[in-house]
Formats: sequence, structure tokens, C-alpha cells
Amino acid sequence: MRVSSTERILNYVLLIVFAVFATAPVVTIVLTALGPQLGVATGGLHWGNFADAWAQGDFGGALTRSLTVAVVVVCTSLALSILAGYAFGTMHFRGATALFCLFLLGLMIPAEAIVIPLFYSFQSLGLTDTLWAVALPQIAQSTAFGTFWMRTQFRALPDNLIEAAALDGATSWPALWRVAAPPLVPAISTVAVLMFMWTWNEFLIPLVMSPSRTWATAPLALNIFQGQYTADTALMSAAGVIIAAPIVAAFVVLQRYFINGMLEGAVR
Amino acid sequence: MTTLPSSAPERRARTRPSAVAASRATPYLYLLPALVVYAAFMLYPLVQTANYSLYEWKGFGPATFVGAQNYLDLLSDRAFHAAIWHALVLVFFYAIAPTAVGLVLASVLRRGRVRGLGVFRALIFLPQVIALVVVAVAWRHIYATDGTLNSLLGALGIHSDIGWLGDADLALPAVGVIGFWLSTGLVMLILLAGMLRIPRELFEAARLDGASAVQEFFAVTLPSVRGEIATALVLTIIAALKTFDLVYMTTAGGPGTATTVPSYEVFNRAFNHKNVGSAAAVAVVLTVLVFLINAAVSRIGEERDR
Repeated sequence: MRVSSTERILNYVLLIVFAVFATAPVVTIVLTALGPQLGVATGGLHWGNFADAWAQGDFGGALTRSLTVAVVVVCTSLALSILAGYAFGTMHFRGATALFCLFLLGLMIPAEAIVIPLFYSFQSLGLTDTLWAVALPQIAQSTAFGTFWMRTQFRALPDNLIEAAALDGATSWPALWRVAAPPLVPAISTVAVLMFMWTWNEFLIPLVMSPSRTWATAPLALNIFQGQYTADTALMSAAGVIIAAPIVAAFVVLQRYFINGMLEGAVR
Repeated sequence: MTTLPSSAPERRARTRPSAVAASRATPYLYLLPALVVYAAFMLYPLVQTANYSLYEWKGFGPATFVGAQNYLDLLSDRAFHAAIWHALVLVFFYAIAPTAVGLVLASVLRRGRVRGLGVFRALIFLPQVIALVVVAVAWRHIYATDGTLNSLLGALGIHSDIGWLGDADLALPAVGVIGFWLSTGLVMLILLAGMLRIPRELFEAARLDGASAVQEFFAVTLPSVRGEIATALVLTIIAALKTFDLVYMTTAGGPGTATTVPSYEVFNRAFNHKNVGSAAAVAVVLTVLVFLINAAVSRIGEERDR
């Protein structure tokens, strides 16, 4: 199809305008983070803001907690989803449709609809402010999506793959790990990346489930920091950059996984 | 979320579940761990929330069964009405406007073969990966009285000292613009992915019939991406309804109640006002709303297959 050069130029203009719109707030926050703190008049780039924000907001602790929660959530959810997706994707059994619909339901349940009883149940068990209070609800959420995703992936495998494994004498467990799972490593990586991002960015669940902030993850640490340094936009922005940086860095390196994963996950 | 599994013939359930399964119990054993965790930490709490909504409870001490009273109270609850209205306004900003703009952008991009689309794609996608709390910090700075927006307006010769998020009339649209910023890139990419799947012959045929770019859009492009439009709407409408962290960090529902939304009301009622029953009722209404929108919009998407 031929496209006139005017139209092509217009396309670039549109794309550039939009790319600027999408990135401008990100650029703003980075520039603000490098600006002078309150009461500091000098110009130049203030890299020290990051060190100050890091120290004053206990971001070392917050990032460690975020990483711990994310690793626990991603590993557990992946394991559970692979097993469940394998059953849904390669086996025939009674109630498969109904059970799968039950998991699909989980994709629609908002966190707001589950946090209240979760908080009171965990509180009565003395489990609020623990890693489990923050991680378990997110494991459940990620497993709902992961099961949906892995089922699609296992169904897409060639029909005779599992039968060939059976002819070789394999039972279901080695057939999963030696035959069915290896070709799905890219799909598994994609969903792992998405689960990691969702867990890293989650706000409501750690907010509610760790009321004394023992398990304040990075977004919560930013919220606490905001309470103390509202007026100091440079420090606030530096803190924001610290929290967004790991995911943005991962995005830059793995953007194909992020984008394809979100688009495929979306167009379901 | 429109496709349901094609149900396996029930007969086959009597034979082995798969070539490698040892017994009929095998698939259930694989499902069990996921099901237990999912049921314990999502399904059970969901049922519990519905149960809580029938009680008056302060979060401690005895709970009083009040039946549907919490829901009846919502009918005349101004704060709740405001929250629902705000959610609808945000749906416009998060979902309707981005879909309209995304359709135009994506169809323009589909026609032109653009180099470096990957880079643009990544830049446009960036808002999706940044935590909403960080997004909130960035936009608070943009909207501040001495912030980027007022400086920009100043450079254009318009003097402004508005604190955009602190103004009762402007705060909601200001939050809405953040939603527009969040959604548009995602919507555009979903629609573009759909449009790139349309067979070229359809466009060539339209062109041979002498269709203009606009006619081509309505005759070929729009009907072909019906499913993607539905997907984009479902995702963004639900994002609008669940916009908790952004509101919490930018305005905390204020000024006054100018920007409260149902998800914020759930949190506020349960944990600030210790009105757990009412909070649970709002949560149930929110969940039903999400389910209904999903069902309705998915149906629009499915009609193309009939």
C-alpha cells in the first residue's frame, strides 16, 4: 500500500507528540529529583538527593521487603499456576469447565472486595504485619491470572507431544517437566515478569495488611515519606525515582516480554 | 476473558484424563494447590465481604445483624452517590476518551509504515509500568501552584496560580487527565495490534471501490477491531473503577469529597471510620459493577463472531 510522504511525516509528528505526552511526567519527576532541595539555592544537578532520600526514607529496607514479597509471590504463583494450567490444558476431567470458570472469576475480583475480611481474619490469627499477610492475597491474585495464562499455553502445545511422552513410558510428573514445560519457558518468563511488576507496584494490600508498616513495601515507603516531606518536591521525586527505577530498568531490558505479555493477557 | 473452554466430552472423563495420567484423580491433584490458595485468599474473603455487608460492626466488639440496611442506607448516602458519579466521570477519562483517541491514532499508524515503531511503542507504554504512587508524585508536582503546568501556562503568557488538585471543581478532571495519560498508550497498542491483523485485501478492496480514508475506517477498520475495542474498554473501565492508589496519593478523596471514588470509600469507611458493614456493602456494589461491565462489554465484542 502506498502512503504519501505528507502522511508519513504526519504519522511521525503524531507519534512524537504522543511519545512526549507519555514520557513528559516521567522526565519531569527525574528533573525535579535532580533539582535543589528546599532552602538550597545553588544550581546544577543534585545527585545527592537520591542519597538523602534513600537514607531518610529507609528505602534500603523498603526495597528489600519489596524484593522479598515479589520473589515469594512470583515463585509460589508460578509453581501453582504451572501445575493448574497443566491439568486444565492437557487433561480431561469432570468439572474442568466449572473449575476453570471459577479461576476466571478471580481475574475480575477487585482487591477492595477481599481486603476487609482478610485484614480481620489475619488480625485475629495474629498474622497481620507478617510477610504472609502481604504475600498470600497477592499469591492468590497472581495464581488466578497465571492459571488462565498457563492453560492457554499448555493447550497450544502440539496434541501428540504428551502422547509421545506416554509412549516413552513417562508419567504425568516427568512429562510436565521434561516434555511440556521446556517449550513454554518464554511464556513462563513473560507471566513471571508481569507478576513481578504487579507485586512490586501493589499498594492497597500492603497498606491494609501491614498496619504498623513492618512490611511496608516500596510504594508504602513512598507514602510514609510523603507524609514527612510533602513540601520538599526534590526529595519526594528522588524517592519516587528510586521506587520506579527497578521496574523501569527491567522494562527497558525486557520490554518485549512486558508489552507482548500485557497485550496477549489483555486480548483474552 | 470472552472465551470459555470448549467443554471436553463428558464421556472422556470416564477414561484416563490424559495419556500420561496415572488415574482419574491426577488432574485434581495438580489443581489442588492453586485451588486451595485461590479459594482461601480470594473466594472465601469475597463471600465474607458479602456476609460483613449484612452487619453493623466497628471492627471490634459485637456485630449486629442488620440485613439489607447497609445497602438501603447507600441509597440515600450522599457521599456514596458522589463516589459513583466521580467513578462515571473517571470512566470517561480512563476509558471513553482514550478509546476514541486510540482509534484515531492506531488507524493512522496502521496506514503508514513507520520506522522505529518499537521505540515509540516502548515510550508510549511506559506509564503502564510505573507504580501509581510514583505517578501520583510526578503529577502532584505538575499540578502544584508552582508546578510544571502553571509554568507552562506562564510561558504562554497565561498567569495561573491554581493548585489544580486543591480546587474543588478542577480536582476531578485533573485526576481524570492522569487516567487519560495512563490508559491511552495501552488502548492504542491493543487497537493497533488488532488492526495489523486485518487482512490487507480488505483495505485494497475498499480502495478499489473508491473509499476515502474516513469511509475505509468506518467500513473496514472499525468493524474488524470490535473485539479489541471491547477488551480495551473492559480493561480501562475496570482500571477507572479500581483507581484507589492514585486518588489516595493525589487528593485523598478531597478537597472535601470532590474526588472520592467507590474503591476509596471502601478503604475510608472500613479503616478510617470503622464502619465495616457499610464499607463491605460498597465493596459488594463495586464488585457487582465490575462483573456487570465485564459481561456487558464482552458481549459487544463477541457479536462480531455471530
